[in-house]
Amino acid sequence: MSKFKEILLTPIFKDNPIALQILGICSALAVTSKLYPTLIMCVALTITVSLSNFFISLIRNIIPTNIRIIVQMTIISSLVILVDQFLKAYDYETSKTLSVFVGLIITNCIVMGRAEAFAMQNTPGVSFLDGLGNGLGYSLILIVVGAIRELLGSGQLLGIDILTTTQNGGWYVGNNFFLLAPSSFLIIGLFIWALRSWKTEQVEEKEFLMSKNAPKEVETHHA
Amino acid sequence: MQKDSILNIILVGVGLCIVCGAVISTVAVSLRDQQEQNVIFDQQSKIIDAARLLEVYPSTQEALASIEEVVVNLNDGEPSSFPPEQYDLDSILRDSSQHTVLNGSEDIAMISVRENLSKVYIEYRNNELKTLILPVRGYGLWGTLYGYLALDSDLNTIVGLEFYKHKETPGLGAEVDNPNWKKLWNGKKVFDENGLVQISVIKGFSNPQSADYSYEVDGLSGATITSKGVSNLLAFWLGNEGFGPFINNLKNKEIQLSDV
Repeated sequence: MSKFKEILLTPIFKDNPIALQILGICSALAVTSKLYPTLIMCVALTITVSLSNFFISLIRNIIPTNIRIIVQMTIISSLVILVDQFLKAYDYETSKTLSVFVGLIITNCIVMGRAEAFAMQNTPGVSFLDGLGNGLGYSLILIVVGAIRELLGSGQLLGIDILTTTQNGGWYVGNNFFLLAPSSFLIIGLFIWALRSWKTEQVEEKEFLMSKNAPKEVETHHA
Repeated sequence: MQKDSILNIILVGVGLCIVCGAVISTVAVSLRDQQEQNVIFDQQSKIIDAARLLEVYPSTQEALASIEEVVVNLNDGEPSSFPPEQYDLDSILRDSSQHTVLNGSEDIAMISVRENLSKVYIEYRNNELKTLILPVRGYGLWGTLYGYLALDSDLNTIVGLEFYKHKETPGLGAEVDNPNWKKLWNGKKVFDENGLVQISVIKGFSNPQSADYSYEVDGLSGATITSKGVSNLLAFWLGNEGFGPFINNLKNKEIQLSDV
Protein backbone atom coordinates (compact mmCIF):
# COMPACT_ATOMS: atom_id res chain seq x y z
CA MET A 1 0.00 0.00 0.00
CA SER A 2 2.80 2.39 0.90
CA LYS A 3 4.19 1.93 -2.61
CA PHE A 4 0.98 3.33 -4.10
CA LYS A 5 1.04 6.21 -1.67
CA GLU A 6 4.62 6.94 -2.65
CA ILE A 7 3.80 6.92 -6.37
CA LEU A 8 0.94 9.32 -5.74
CA LEU A 9 2.75 11.70 -3.40
CA THR A 10 6.31 11.78 -4.77
CA PRO A 11 5.46 14.10 -7.72
CA ILE A 12 3.91 16.66 -5.40
CA PHE A 13 6.98 17.88 -3.49
CA LYS A 14 9.84 15.44 -4.01
CA ASP A 15 9.75 15.24 -7.80
CA ASN A 16 7.45 18.05 -8.84
CA PRO A 17 7.01 18.22 -12.63
CA ILE A 18 7.23 22.02 -12.73
CA ALA A 19 9.62 22.78 -9.87
CA LEU A 20 12.11 19.97 -10.35
CA GLN A 21 11.70 18.79 -13.93
CA ILE A 22 10.82 22.30 -15.22
CA LEU A 23 8.11 20.94 -17.51
CA GLY A 24 4.75 22.46 -18.41
CA ILE A 25 5.91 26.04 -17.77
CA CYS A 26 4.04 27.45 -20.77
CA SER A 27 0.55 26.91 -19.41
CA ALA A 28 1.71 27.89 -15.93
CA LEU A 29 2.42 31.32 -17.38
CA ALA A 30 -0.58 31.61 -19.63
CA VAL A 31 -3.63 30.64 -17.62
CA THR A 32 -2.79 31.83 -14.11
CA SER A 33 -3.84 35.47 -14.11
CA LYS A 34 -7.07 34.50 -12.35
CA LEU A 35 -7.57 31.66 -9.87
CA TYR A 36 -10.80 30.16 -11.22
CA PRO A 37 -9.59 29.40 -14.76
CA THR A 38 -6.39 28.12 -13.13
CA LEU A 39 -8.39 25.59 -11.11
CA ILE A 40 -10.27 24.43 -14.20
CA MET A 41 -6.98 24.08 -16.07
CA CYS A 42 -5.57 21.99 -13.19
CA VAL A 43 -8.58 19.68 -13.28
CA ALA A 44 -8.34 19.41 -17.06
CA LEU A 45 -4.65 18.53 -17.00
CA THR A 46 -4.97 16.10 -14.09
CA ILE A 47 -7.77 14.22 -15.84
CA THR A 48 -5.81 14.12 -19.09
CA VAL A 49 -2.53 12.92 -17.63
CA SER A 50 -4.19 10.29 -15.38
CA LEU A 51 -6.34 8.84 -18.14
CA SER A 52 -3.65 9.01 -20.81
CA ASN A 53 -1.28 7.14 -18.48
CA PHE A 54 -4.01 4.58 -17.82
CA PHE A 55 -4.92 3.93 -21.46
CA ILE A 56 -1.35 3.94 -22.72
CA SER A 57 -0.32 1.50 -20.01
CA LEU A 58 -3.32 -0.68 -20.87
CA ILE A 59 -2.11 -1.23 -24.44
CA ARG A 60 1.63 -0.85 -23.77
CA ASN A 61 2.32 -4.47 -24.68
CA ILE A 62 0.84 -4.24 -28.16
CA ILE A 63 2.16 -0.77 -29.09
CA PRO A 64 4.81 -1.26 -31.80
CA THR A 65 8.04 0.46 -30.75
CA ASN A 66 8.39 2.34 -34.05
CA ILE A 67 5.11 4.20 -33.77
CA ARG A 68 4.80 4.43 -29.99
CA ILE A 69 5.13 8.23 -29.86
CA ILE A 70 2.37 8.65 -32.46
CA VAL A 71 0.16 6.21 -30.59
CA GLN A 72 0.73 8.11 -27.35
CA MET A 73 0.00 11.44 -29.03
CA THR A 74 -3.21 10.08 -30.55
CA ILE A 75 -4.49 8.94 -27.18
CA ILE A 76 -3.45 12.17 -25.46
CA SER A 77 -4.97 14.42 -28.10
CA SER A 78 -8.22 12.45 -28.12
CA LEU A 79 -8.50 12.92 -24.37
CA VAL A 80 -7.73 16.63 -24.63
CA ILE A 81 -10.40 17.09 -27.31
CA LEU A 82 -12.89 15.32 -25.05
CA VAL A 83 -12.00 17.56 -22.10
CA ASP A 84 -12.34 20.63 -24.34
CA GLN A 85 -15.74 19.49 -25.65
CA PHE A 86 -17.06 18.93 -22.13
CA LEU A 87 -15.75 22.29 -21.02
CA LYS A 88 -17.46 24.05 -23.94
CA ALA A 89 -20.71 22.33 -23.06
CA TYR A 90 -20.70 22.73 -19.29
CA ASP A 91 -18.49 25.71 -18.42
CA TYR A 92 -18.61 27.95 -21.46
CA GLU A 93 -17.36 31.08 -19.66
CA THR A 94 -14.15 29.42 -18.47
CA SER A 95 -13.67 27.70 -21.79
CA LYS A 96 -13.68 31.16 -23.41
CA THR A 97 -11.05 32.37 -20.94
CA LEU A 98 -8.79 29.35 -21.38
CA SER A 99 -9.33 29.36 -25.15
CA VAL A 100 -6.44 27.59 -26.89
CA PHE A 101 -4.67 26.59 -23.71
CA VAL A 102 -6.92 23.60 -23.15
CA GLY A 103 -6.00 22.35 -26.62
CA LEU A 104 -2.36 23.01 -25.83
CA ILE A 105 -2.43 20.41 -23.03
CA ILE A 106 -1.60 18.05 -25.91
CA THR A 107 1.84 19.63 -26.13
CA ASN A 108 2.32 19.81 -22.37
CA CYS A 109 5.56 17.95 -21.73
CA ILE A 110 4.26 16.50 -18.47
CA VAL A 111 1.62 14.38 -20.20
CA MET A 112 3.95 13.06 -22.88
CA GLY A 113 6.78 12.69 -20.38
CA ARG A 114 4.79 10.54 -17.99
CA ALA A 115 3.45 8.39 -20.82
CA GLU A 116 6.92 7.68 -22.12
CA ALA A 117 8.75 7.46 -18.80
CA PHE A 118 6.20 5.68 -16.65
CA ALA A 119 3.10 4.32 -18.37
CA MET A 120 5.07 2.37 -20.99
CA GLN A 121 6.74 0.31 -18.23
CA ASN A 122 4.07 -0.05 -15.56
CA THR A 123 0.63 -1.58 -15.03
CA PRO A 124 -2.49 0.52 -15.66
CA GLY A 125 -3.50 1.05 -12.02
CA VAL A 126 -0.09 2.29 -10.94
CA SER A 127 0.22 4.43 -14.08
CA PHE A 128 -3.11 6.07 -13.30
CA LEU A 129 -1.84 6.94 -9.80
CA ASP A 130 1.38 8.31 -11.24
CA GLY A 131 -0.62 10.50 -13.61
CA LEU A 132 -2.84 11.68 -10.77
CA GLY A 133 0.20 12.50 -8.65
CA ASN A 134 1.86 14.47 -11.42
CA GLY A 135 -1.39 16.28 -12.16
CA LEU A 136 -1.63 17.26 -8.51
CA GLY A 137 2.02 18.36 -8.46
CA TYR A 138 1.34 20.59 -11.47
CA SER A 139 -1.87 21.84 -9.85
CA LEU A 140 -0.09 22.75 -6.61
CA ILE A 141 2.22 25.17 -8.39
CA LEU A 142 -0.46 26.57 -10.68
CA ILE A 143 -2.77 27.25 -7.75
CA VAL A 144 0.00 29.01 -5.82
CA VAL A 145 0.86 31.11 -8.87
CA GLY A 146 -2.79 31.80 -9.72
CA ALA A 147 -3.67 32.81 -6.15
CA ILE A 148 -0.71 35.18 -5.81
CA ARG A 149 -1.31 36.73 -9.24
CA GLU A 150 -5.02 37.29 -8.77
CA LEU A 151 -4.57 38.65 -5.24
CA LEU A 152 -1.78 41.09 -6.06
CA GLY A 153 -2.95 41.90 -9.57
CA SER A 154 -6.68 42.31 -9.12
CA GLY A 155 -7.05 42.30 -5.32
CA GLN A 156 -9.41 39.35 -5.57
CA LEU A 157 -9.53 35.61 -5.00
CA LEU A 158 -11.96 33.61 -7.14
CA GLY A 159 -13.55 36.93 -8.08
CA ILE A 160 -14.27 37.90 -4.47
CA ASP A 161 -12.76 41.21 -3.34
CA ILE A 162 -10.02 40.68 -0.75
CA LEU A 163 -8.04 43.86 -1.25
CA THR A 164 -10.56 46.29 -2.73
CA THR A 165 -8.93 48.04 -5.66
CA THR A 166 -9.13 51.74 -6.38
CA GLN A 167 -11.13 50.99 -9.56
CA ASN A 168 -13.84 49.56 -7.32
CA GLY A 169 -13.63 52.36 -4.78
CA GLY A 170 -11.15 50.78 -2.36
CA TRP A 171 -7.57 51.53 -1.35
CA TYR A 172 -5.53 48.88 -3.13
CA VAL A 173 -3.70 49.85 -6.29
CA GLY A 174 -3.53 46.64 -8.31
CA ASN A 175 -0.04 45.64 -9.37
CA ASN A 176 -0.33 45.38 -13.14
CA PHE A 177 2.87 43.34 -13.37
CA PHE A 178 1.08 40.38 -11.79
CA LEU A 179 -1.54 40.46 -14.53
CA LEU A 180 1.09 39.82 -17.17
CA ALA A 181 2.55 36.40 -17.88
CA PRO A 182 6.18 37.17 -16.92
CA SER A 183 5.19 37.54 -13.25
CA SER A 184 4.68 33.77 -13.19
CA PHE A 185 8.40 33.31 -13.83
CA LEU A 186 9.10 35.30 -10.69
CA ILE A 187 6.64 33.32 -8.57
CA ILE A 188 7.72 29.93 -9.93
CA GLY A 189 11.35 30.95 -9.37
CA LEU A 190 10.67 31.91 -5.76
CA PHE A 191 8.72 28.67 -5.28
CA ILE A 192 11.61 26.59 -6.61
CA TRP A 193 14.00 28.50 -4.36
CA ALA A 194 11.81 27.86 -1.31
CA LEU A 195 11.35 24.19 -2.21
CA ARG A 196 15.05 23.59 -2.74
CA SER A 197 15.97 25.36 0.48
CA TRP A 198 13.65 22.94 2.25
CA LYS A 199 14.63 19.81 0.28
CA THR A 200 18.28 20.46 -0.37
CA GLU A 201 18.75 17.19 -2.28
CA GLN A 202 16.89 18.86 -5.20
CA VAL A 203 19.67 21.37 -5.72
CA GLU A 204 21.37 20.50 -8.99
CA GLU A 205 25.08 20.03 -9.20
CA LYS A 206 26.84 22.74 -11.07
CA GLU A 207 27.22 21.66 -14.67
CA PHE A 208 30.38 23.60 -15.21
CA LEU A 209 32.44 26.17 -13.42
CA MET A 210 33.31 29.50 -14.92
CA SER A 211 37.03 29.68 -15.37
CA LYS A 212 38.63 32.65 -13.73
CA ASN A 213 39.68 35.58 -15.86
CA ALA A 214 43.28 35.40 -16.91
CA PRO A 215 45.50 37.41 -14.56
CA LYS A 216 45.94 40.93 -15.77
CA GLU A 217 49.07 41.33 -17.81
CA VAL A 218 51.61 43.60 -16.29
CA GLU A 219 52.14 46.47 -18.61
CA THR A 220 55.70 46.97 -19.53
CA HIS A 221 56.81 50.44 -19.70
CA HIS A 222 58.28 51.49 -22.98
CA ALA A 223 60.56 54.30 -22.86
CA MET B 1 2.15 -12.14 -33.72
CA GLN B 2 5.27 -10.02 -33.49
CA LYS B 3 4.79 -6.68 -31.76
CA ASP B 4 6.99 -4.82 -34.23
CA SER B 5 5.80 -6.55 -37.40
CA ILE B 6 4.43 -4.36 -40.17
CA LEU B 7 1.05 -6.06 -39.87
CA ASN B 8 0.84 -5.18 -36.19
CA ILE B 9 1.88 -1.58 -36.84
CA ILE B 10 -0.96 -1.21 -39.34
CA LEU B 11 -3.45 -3.00 -37.10
CA VAL B 12 -2.63 -0.92 -34.03
CA GLY B 13 -2.57 2.31 -36.02
CA VAL B 14 -5.88 1.73 -37.79
CA GLY B 15 -7.55 0.29 -34.69
CA LEU B 16 -6.51 3.23 -32.55
CA CYS B 17 -7.77 5.75 -35.09
CA ILE B 18 -11.14 4.03 -35.34
CA VAL B 19 -11.59 3.80 -31.57
CA CYS B 20 -10.46 7.37 -30.86
CA GLY B 21 -12.42 8.75 -33.81
CA ALA B 22 -15.59 6.97 -32.74
CA VAL B 23 -15.33 8.15 -29.13
CA ILE B 24 -14.62 11.76 -30.08
CA SER B 25 -17.36 12.02 -32.68
CA THR B 26 -19.91 10.43 -30.36
CA VAL B 27 -19.11 12.89 -27.60
CA ALA B 28 -18.89 15.88 -29.94
CA VAL B 29 -22.25 15.12 -31.54
CA SER B 30 -24.00 14.49 -28.25
CA LEU B 31 -22.69 17.70 -26.71
CA ARG B 32 -23.25 19.90 -29.77
CA ASP B 33 -26.73 21.11 -28.84
CA GLN B 34 -25.60 22.11 -25.38
CA GLN B 35 -22.57 23.96 -26.80
CA GLU B 36 -24.58 25.85 -29.40
CA GLN B 37 -27.08 26.84 -26.74
CA ASN B 38 -24.23 28.20 -24.61
CA VAL B 39 -22.99 30.39 -27.44
CA ILE B 40 -26.46 31.74 -28.22
CA PHE B 41 -27.29 32.25 -24.56
CA ASP B 42 -24.01 34.08 -24.03
CA GLN B 43 -24.74 36.51 -26.88
CA GLN B 44 -28.35 37.02 -25.86
CA SER B 45 -27.40 37.78 -22.29
CA LYS B 46 -24.94 40.41 -23.55
CA ILE B 47 -27.69 42.05 -25.62
CA ILE B 48 -29.92 42.12 -22.56
CA ASP B 49 -27.10 43.45 -20.39
CA ALA B 50 -26.22 46.20 -22.87
CA ALA B 51 -29.85 47.37 -22.91
CA ARG B 52 -30.12 46.88 -19.11
CA LEU B 53 -33.34 44.99 -19.67
CA LEU B 54 -33.11 42.97 -16.46
CA GLU B 55 -33.80 46.21 -14.59
CA VAL B 56 -37.19 46.30 -16.33
CA TYR B 57 -38.15 42.69 -16.94
CA PRO B 58 -38.14 40.02 -14.22
CA SER B 59 -36.47 37.29 -16.30
CA THR B 60 -34.21 36.75 -19.29
CA GLN B 61 -37.06 35.05 -21.16
CA GLU B 62 -39.38 38.02 -20.80
CA ALA B 63 -36.60 40.42 -21.73
CA LEU B 64 -35.90 38.40 -24.88
CA ALA B 65 -39.58 38.38 -25.78
CA SER B 66 -39.59 42.19 -25.86
CA ILE B 67 -36.78 42.29 -28.41
CA GLU B 68 -37.31 42.22 -32.15
CA GLU B 69 -34.58 41.41 -34.63
CA VAL B 70 -34.33 43.57 -37.74
CA VAL B 71 -31.91 43.18 -40.63
CA VAL B 72 -30.67 46.55 -41.86
CA ASN B 73 -28.96 47.45 -45.12
CA LEU B 74 -25.97 49.52 -44.05
CA ASN B 75 -25.45 51.09 -47.47
CA ASP B 76 -28.71 53.04 -47.47
CA GLY B 77 -29.81 52.62 -43.85
CA GLU B 78 -33.10 50.99 -44.81
CA PRO B 79 -34.53 47.85 -43.23
CA SER B 80 -34.06 44.78 -45.38
CA SER B 81 -36.48 41.95 -46.01
CA PHE B 82 -33.77 39.41 -45.25
CA PRO B 83 -35.11 36.97 -42.64
CA PRO B 84 -33.29 37.67 -39.34
CA GLU B 85 -33.29 34.02 -38.23
CA GLN B 86 -31.19 33.10 -41.29
CA TYR B 87 -28.67 35.86 -40.70
CA ASP B 88 -25.12 34.53 -40.37
CA LEU B 89 -22.37 37.11 -40.01
CA ASP B 90 -19.53 34.61 -40.46
CA SER B 91 -20.66 33.53 -43.91
CA ILE B 92 -21.29 37.14 -44.94
CA LEU B 93 -17.75 38.10 -44.00
CA ARG B 94 -16.44 35.23 -46.12
CA ASP B 95 -18.56 36.03 -49.17
CA SER B 96 -17.16 39.04 -51.05
CA SER B 97 -20.50 39.79 -52.71
CA GLN B 98 -22.11 40.40 -49.34
CA HIS B 99 -19.58 42.69 -47.75
CA THR B 100 -17.69 45.87 -48.57
CA VAL B 101 -13.93 46.04 -48.37
CA LEU B 102 -12.88 49.13 -46.45
CA ASN B 103 -9.86 51.12 -47.52
CA GLY B 104 -7.32 52.53 -45.09
CA SER B 105 -8.88 55.87 -44.19
CA GLU B 106 -12.42 54.45 -43.86
CA ASP B 107 -11.31 51.53 -41.76
CA ILE B 108 -10.83 53.30 -38.44
CA ALA B 109 -12.05 50.28 -36.48
CA MET B 110 -9.55 48.07 -38.33
CA ILE B 111 -12.06 45.41 -39.34
CA SER B 112 -11.01 45.36 -43.05
CA VAL B 113 -14.46 44.31 -44.31
CA ARG B 114 -17.92 45.51 -43.38
CA GLU B 115 -21.08 43.48 -43.93
CA ASN B 116 -23.71 45.05 -46.21
CA LEU B 117 -26.51 43.73 -44.06
CA SER B 118 -26.41 43.87 -40.29
CA LYS B 119 -28.77 42.47 -37.71
CA VAL B 120 -29.88 44.94 -35.05
CA TYR B 121 -32.15 44.43 -32.06
CA ILE B 122 -34.99 46.68 -31.04
CA GLU B 123 -36.77 46.64 -27.75
CA TYR B 124 -40.36 47.86 -27.94
CA ARG B 125 -42.17 49.14 -24.91
CA ASN B 126 -45.83 50.14 -25.32
CA ASN B 127 -45.40 49.70 -29.07
CA GLU B 128 -42.71 52.33 -29.28
CA LEU B 129 -39.04 51.92 -29.91
CA LYS B 130 -37.44 52.07 -26.47
CA THR B 131 -33.94 50.74 -27.03
CA LEU B 132 -31.91 50.20 -30.18
CA ILE B 133 -29.15 47.63 -29.80
CA LEU B 134 -26.41 47.65 -32.43
CA PRO B 135 -23.71 45.03 -32.94
CA VAL B 136 -20.26 46.66 -32.99
CA ARG B 137 -16.75 45.38 -33.40
CA GLY B 138 -13.23 46.70 -33.78
CA TYR B 139 -9.60 45.98 -33.13
CA GLY B 140 -8.16 46.52 -29.66
CA LEU B 141 -4.66 45.51 -28.63
CA TRP B 142 -4.56 41.75 -29.25
CA GLY B 143 -7.62 41.13 -31.34
CA THR B 144 -11.09 42.22 -32.36
CA LEU B 145 -13.58 43.20 -29.68
CA TYR B 146 -17.17 42.13 -30.41
CA GLY B 147 -20.00 43.75 -28.55
CA TYR B 148 -23.35 45.47 -28.43
CA LEU B 149 -24.13 49.14 -28.00
CA ALA B 150 -27.57 50.06 -26.73
CA LEU B 151 -29.08 53.48 -27.48
CA ASP B 152 -32.12 54.98 -25.78
CA SER B 153 -35.27 56.02 -27.65
CA ASP B 154 -33.77 59.44 -28.51
CA LEU B 155 -31.14 57.48 -30.52
CA ASN B 156 -28.45 59.60 -28.93
CA THR B 157 -28.19 58.59 -25.28
CA ILE B 158 -26.20 55.45 -24.53
CA VAL B 159 -27.85 52.86 -22.33
CA GLY B 160 -24.92 50.49 -22.18
CA LEU B 161 -22.00 48.86 -23.97
CA GLU B 162 -21.13 45.19 -23.57
CA PHE B 163 -18.44 43.07 -25.19
CA TYR B 164 -19.06 39.36 -25.62
CA LYS B 165 -15.77 38.41 -27.22
CA HIS B 166 -12.32 39.96 -26.97
CA LYS B 167 -8.70 39.02 -26.38
CA GLU B 168 -7.57 41.97 -24.25
CA THR B 169 -5.12 41.60 -21.35
CA PRO B 170 -6.83 40.49 -18.13
CA GLY B 171 -6.79 43.31 -15.59
CA LEU B 172 -5.86 45.95 -18.17
CA GLY B 173 -7.75 45.94 -21.48
CA ALA B 174 -10.10 43.23 -20.24
CA GLU B 175 -11.42 45.79 -17.75
CA VAL B 176 -13.89 46.61 -20.56
CA ASP B 177 -15.86 43.93 -18.70
CA ASN B 178 -15.58 45.71 -15.36
CA PRO B 179 -19.14 46.56 -14.20
CA ASN B 180 -17.96 49.87 -12.75
CA TRP B 181 -16.47 50.97 -16.04
CA LYS B 182 -19.50 49.80 -18.00
CA LYS B 183 -21.70 51.92 -15.73
CA LEU B 184 -19.87 55.05 -16.97
CA TRP B 185 -21.43 54.64 -20.40
CA ASN B 186 -24.96 54.96 -19.18
CA GLY B 187 -26.34 58.40 -20.04
CA LYS B 188 -23.46 59.50 -22.28
CA LYS B 189 -24.37 61.16 -25.59
CA VAL B 190 -23.19 60.02 -28.99
CA PHE B 191 -23.84 62.88 -31.41
CA ASP B 192 -23.37 66.63 -31.00
CA GLU B 193 -25.94 69.14 -32.28
CA ASN B 194 -24.42 68.89 -35.78
CA GLY B 195 -24.96 65.16 -35.84
CA LEU B 196 -21.26 64.29 -35.64
CA VAL B 197 -20.07 61.36 -33.54
CA GLN B 198 -18.40 62.83 -30.47
CA ILE B 199 -18.40 59.95 -28.01
CA SER B 200 -14.91 58.76 -27.07
CA VAL B 201 -12.89 57.10 -24.38
CA ILE B 202 -10.40 59.68 -23.16
CA LYS B 203 -7.08 59.29 -21.40
CA GLY B 204 -7.52 59.66 -17.65
CA PHE B 205 -10.69 60.87 -15.99
CA SER B 206 -13.42 62.93 -17.57
CA ASN B 207 -14.04 66.26 -15.83
CA PRO B 208 -17.74 66.79 -14.93
CA GLN B 209 -17.25 70.56 -15.43
CA SER B 210 -15.95 70.09 -18.95
CA ALA B 211 -18.18 71.01 -21.88
CA ASP B 212 -17.52 67.62 -23.44
CA TYR B 213 -18.32 65.66 -20.28
CA SER B 214 -21.39 64.05 -21.79
CA TYR B 215 -19.31 62.72 -24.71
CA GLU B 216 -16.39 61.44 -22.64
CA VAL B 217 -15.84 58.15 -20.86
CA ASP B 218 -12.88 57.62 -18.48
CA GLY B 219 -10.02 55.70 -20.05
CA LEU B 220 -8.92 52.32 -18.79
CA SER B 221 -5.67 52.86 -16.94
CA GLY B 222 -2.84 50.86 -18.45
CA ALA B 223 -4.88 50.08 -21.54
CA THR B 224 -4.45 53.05 -23.83
CA ILE B 225 -4.63 51.00 -27.01
CA THR B 226 -7.77 49.15 -25.95
CA SER B 227 -9.39 52.47 -24.95
CA LYS B 228 -8.51 53.95 -28.33
CA GLY B 229 -9.84 50.82 -30.03
CA VAL B 230 -13.19 51.24 -28.26
CA SER B 231 -13.38 54.92 -29.30
CA ASN B 232 -12.54 54.00 -32.89
CA LEU B 233 -15.03 51.18 -33.17
CA LEU B 234 -17.82 53.43 -31.88
CA ALA B 235 -16.80 56.21 -34.27
CA PHE B 236 -16.90 53.73 -37.14
CA TRP B 237 -20.17 51.98 -36.35
CA LEU B 238 -22.05 55.17 -35.50
CA GLY B 239 -20.60 56.98 -38.50
CA ASN B 240 -21.60 57.04 -42.16
CA GLU B 241 -19.99 53.69 -42.99
CA GLY B 242 -21.79 52.06 -40.07
CA PHE B 243 -25.26 52.65 -38.66
CA GLY B 244 -25.21 56.43 -39.21
CA PRO B 245 -27.66 56.41 -42.17
CA PHE B 246 -29.98 53.98 -40.39
CA ILE B 247 -30.04 56.07 -37.22
CA ASN B 248 -30.78 59.21 -39.26
CA ASN B 249 -33.62 57.49 -41.06
CA LEU B 250 -35.08 56.40 -37.75
CA LYS B 251 -34.73 59.91 -36.31
CA ASN B 252 -36.42 61.51 -39.31
CA LYS B 253 -39.16 58.89 -39.03
CA GLU B 254 -38.62 58.07 -42.67
CA ILE B 255 -38.98 54.41 -41.84
CA GLN B 256 -41.55 52.74 -39.70
CA LEU B 257 -40.06 49.59 -38.27
CA SER B 258 -43.35 48.25 -37.06
CA ASP B 259 -44.30 47.79 -40.72
CA VAL B 260 -41.36 45.52 -41.36
